[in-house]
Amino acid sequence: MSATAVVHSLLTSAAATPAADRIPTPHIEYAQLSPVLIVLGTATVGVLAEAFLPRRSRYWAQLGITVVGLAAAFAAIIALAADGYATTRAHIAAMGAVAVDGPALFLQGTIVLIALVAAFTFAERRLDPVAHGNRVDSFAAQGSAVPGSPQEMKAVRAGFTTTEVFPLLLFAVGGMMIFPAANDLLTLFVSLEVFSLPLYLLCALARRRRLMSQEAAVKYFLLGAFSSAFLLFGIALLYGYAGTVAYTGTATAPGIAQVIDGSANLTPALANSTGNDALLLIGGAMVIMGLLFKVGAVPFHQWTPDVYQGAPTPVTGFMAAATKVAAFGALLRLLYVVLPGMRWDWRPVMWGVAIVTMVIGAIVAVTQTDVKRLLAYSSIAHAGFLLAGVIAVSPSGVSSVLFYLVAYSFVTLGGFAVVTLVRDAGGEATHLSKWAGLGRRSPLVAAVFAVFLLSFAGIPLTAGFAGKFAVFQAAAQAGAVPLVVIGVIASAIAAFFYIRVIVMMFFSEPQPDGPTVAIPSPLTSSAIAIGVVVTLVLGVAPQYFLDLAGKAGVFVR
Amino acid sequence: MDHLIGALVGAPLLGAAVLLLGGRRLDRIGHWVGTLLAAVSFALGVALFADMLSKDTGRRTFTSHLFTWVPVDSFRADVGFQLDQLSMTFVLLITGVGTLIHIYSIGYMAHDERRRRFFGYLNLFLAAMLLLVLANNYLLLYVGWEGVGLASYLLIGFWQHKPSAATAAKKAFIVNRVGDVGLSIAIMLLFTTFNSFSFSPVFGAVRDASGGRLTAIGLLLLLAACGKSAQVPLQSWLGDAMEGPTPVSALIHAATMVTAGVYLVTRSGAIFNASATAQLAVCVVGAVTLIFGAIVGCAKDDIKKALAGSTMSQIGYMMLAAGLGPVGYVFAIMHLVTHGFFKAGLFLGAGSVMHGMNDEVDMRKFGGLRGYMPVTFITFGLGYLAIIGFPGLSGFWTKDKIIEAAFAKGGGEGWVLGVVALIGAGVTAFYMTRVMLMTFFGEKRWQPDAQGHQPHPHESPKSMTVPMIILAFGSVFAGGLFSLNSSFLHWLEPVTGYSEGHSPLTAWQVSVATFVVLVVGAGLAWQQYGRKPVPAVAPRGSVLTRAARRDLLQDDFNHVVLVRGGEHLTRTLVHLDHSLVDGAVNGTAAGVGGVSARLRKVQNGFVRSYAVSMLGGAAVLVAATLLMRGI
Repeated sequence: MSATAVVHSLLTSAAATPAADRIPTPHIEYAQLSPVLIVLGTATVGVLAEAFLPRRSRYWAQLGITVVGLAAAFAAIIALAADGYATTRAHIAAMGAVAVDGPALFLQGTIVLIALVAAFTFAERRLDPVAHGNRVDSFAAQGSAVPGSPQEMKAVRAGFTTTEVFPLLLFAVGGMMIFPAANDLLTLFVSLEVFSLPLYLLCALARRRRLMSQEAAVKYFLLGAFSSAFLLFGIALLYGYAGTVAYTGTATAPGIAQVIDGSANLTPALANSTGNDALLLIGGAMVIMGLLFKVGAVPFHQWTPDVYQGAPTPVTGFMAAATKVAAFGALLRLLYVVLPGMRWDWRPVMWGVAIVTMVIGAIVAVTQTDVKRLLAYSSIAHAGFLLAGVIAVSPSGVSSVLFYLVAYSFVTLGGFAVVTLVRDAGGEATHLSKWAGLGRRSPLVAAVFAVFLLSFAGIPLTAGFAGKFAVFQAAAQAGAVPLVVIGVIASAIAAFFYIRVIVMMFFSEPQPDGPTVAIPSPLTSSAIAIGVVVTLVLGVAPQYFLDLAGKAGVFVR
Repeated sequence: MDHLIGALVGAPLLGAAVLLLGGRRLDRIGHWVGTLLAAVSFALGVALFADMLSKDTGRRTFTSHLFTWVPVDSFRADVGFQLDQLSMTFVLLITGVGTLIHIYSIGYMAHDERRRRFFGYLNLFLAAMLLLVLANNYLLLYVGWEGVGLASYLLIGFWQHKPSAATAAKKAFIVNRVGDVGLSIAIMLLFTTFNSFSFSPVFGAVRDASGGRLTAIGLLLLLAACGKSAQVPLQSWLGDAMEGPTPVSALIHAATMVTAGVYLVTRSGAIFNASATAQLAVCVVGAVTLIFGAIVGCAKDDIKKALAGSTMSQIGYMMLAAGLGPVGYVFAIMHLVTHGFFKAGLFLGAGSVMHGMNDEVDMRKFGGLRGYMPVTFITFGLGYLAIIGFPGLSGFWTKDKIIEAAFAKGGGEGWVLGVVALIGAGVTAFYMTRVMLMTFFGEKRWQPDAQGHQPHPHESPKSMTVPMIILAFGSVFAGGLFSLNSSFLHWLEPVTGYSEGHSPLTAWQVSVATFVVLVVGAGLAWQQYGRKPVPAVAPRGSVLTRAARRDLLQDDFNHVVLVRGGEHLTRTLVHLDHSLVDGAVNGTAAGVGGVSARLRKVQNGFVRSYAVSMLGGAAVLVAATLLMRGI
């Protein structure tokens, strides 16, 4: 963290001060950065535990460390918010690298809670049958073992489990927490990598169908690297345009925003080389593209179904929820803080992206036959709905997106947690045909899943409806009525495939060799229960949370 | 006072709740509970009446606001009551006749297993009807309006095991819906025009409203009145409604509920006064119905249906009077009250006859009953004299006034309406004499019922005859009492207003003409049914007779025009739904599915093609951004 700040300060001060003759000592506000520091510190403790604790005690130790660390981070966030850092005392910490403001704290809090729930599903060990006398979780016995090799067999027989997933989770969470708070492009890029790399690894660690899992990880890694390259190139171009990577600054030490709106007080030397609009437009488009990749917007979405399907389902749930929160947070900050001066350039383009994302996500989902792929396409469509709120460029746009992210992420976590329960001899039974008649066999599980699907579809009295309504309302107020109309049509198409699953579960005859529903431990049960509670509370009484998101919806500049 | 009015409505409501929710435990005392609460309501009504009489004429209107029912921005609906001379008249009629009929029902329904439920429904009806006439705004009136409709439905179909009763109940309900829709639209128009539902603000602002609006509101209110009061063209349900137990026919379908339409028109007098078109429409409806009902009444052999035709016709008189404006409002209500007495009495008499004749209703199977049921005969006879307007009895005072007022409308319209009303009086005399002769005179044409039981006509028990006697007193004296010193006119005038018309005929001329017409009508009936024996099987009769037996083909008309038309419309819509709507929906679904299947192929699993599409996407994104700037 501090290393990032040093690098950053090197670059920014070099650009800002003509005489780069000294390196200032970075000034770090530890208290205000404590949530992130706690998470990253806990992750380091997790690595140490992995190295020094005996194998038998690692599972409980790691689970304990993770839960305590996340809880402490959440407490720190609440304390900061209570101190007014979300509203009146919002400012930019770590020498301009990290913003501590309402959206940042709100999203960090959301991410930490998502991670906490995800940690429960990571730790679930009751679903798979006991292998050789050992309880096992969803992760490979030994990540480095070649699938199907004798070495792997040995590891399985020895009852190994990959408890490294917990530190990896925490590192990813740390990166995700910086991502929406990043206040310069380099911090943005570094935090992107900090959370992406652990995710690539986590994707490869499925216990069952390991080849598919590894294929997914490689795909994710390759395409992620590809998009990172775009992002980095875009950052370079923006630096070329503005002579700085900072989002904001003052007239004398301007950020990109000041250069764009012309309020920067540039030295003659810099004034000659900056302000080339072509660099700004191309660079801006490329940075946006890098973020749209993480969001899963069309046409940068194609990794989503393959990776969601191949990754271990708890990881999929975490990734689908938390990555989206972090990436939308970063996108919001970029568009609202850095690029509002050029919104007449990017808004039409984002219109187009939002429309194709909503429509293609919804349409392609119609013919999916695998539950995880179905939810992947559903997440693409939801990214489109969220983009509609982003485009509003208004306070209600921010608050509606924040609200939508909370609603969506907990439903997603719950949904994927339910997917882990429905199993047959080969592990999770994700083919939709196997879900036929589930409502007859396990009415409770089917009913819970139906609640999640209804929320995805945006049926009133669920969180999904409140979120979708807020987002569309913000978009319509900002004059994007055609977008809203298309969004509603896409929702109608999407409702078809969600409700088709419900019909399948409740109104089809169960197959004779159908899957069984595993009885989960309290860990997964609580993850699902939290999903249901959030779905219903946010659906029935959304106003409190909308107000909260509204209060937290002001970016510090 | 607030509490008294609340209790007035509350007592029967409580009765309904207790009786309908109380279950079988109350079977043995249910009828007493129901009757007692009706009587309590009547006693409260009398107390309020005495209180009102003690006040000055100008200060008799009493309003009470209970609570705000629906507060939404400027839309404010209150639950509040308005007790003035008009509603007081109705309260006394409803609770008074209502209590008598409760008492009568104790005897009449003695052998019915579901008597408790019957009394519960009767109480419910009383509560709803009181709410209707006491409401101080149209929305609350609408609640009562629907409430009496519900009670009427439940009571017509009380013997639901009979398919005919169930069908009749449904018919009444559906036909009434047509009128109710009129009322609801009228209320919406009232709100958009006056921004209020309450009577006094609405009536106070009438002169500021546009004439077209007022006419529209008036015609819609008339539609509502037609439904509830069985006026042409929504009259078809009343005849079938006689499937209900006879006390129901007496209370709801003769004395009270069916007069709600007249109440609505009179209450909304300020609106009708401002629209000559709407008033004329009311007159025309009344005039048409009074002839229509009278003709139907002439042809029916079923005693209750003959009386139902008569009810329709008499309400036609009231409507006609109400349509005349301030000239007629008072007489409409006066006739309404006296009609309440004699028509309820006639129905109870008919019920008494049926009670003695194994529930036979066909008058061709009666005959010569006067000796067997003397009390019924005398009370029925007094009711008969009252309804035909025999000089000195109630009907004489009230009906003559209406005929006089019709002439007083002036011009050609006045002559037409007056002559119609006069002819109606003659036809009334004919059909009522026919009923009288066929039932109580001539030879016995009794026949055994379906189980082969020979009828043994006998006088009904006290619980039935006492109410009949009391009502007979009303039939005889009420009209005269009301006309003494024009007391009823002075009583009601502050609410409805009154203006003396300029009749081309004097009161004496009208009375004489009416009496002549009456004698002619009764004489014709005597000629046909008194001097000749009545055939036990109805002769074929003329075209008009046959049509009148079928209620002047009202059902055939409805069937051909509305039912067939509706079926045709439905079929067309179903066809359109299948071909167009479903076609479009299924086509869209198939289209989406096809596109989806095609797009799915893009997702081929190869990283290289994903990367290409990302590259393409990035290129498009950059190009589009540049294009937007025009670089």
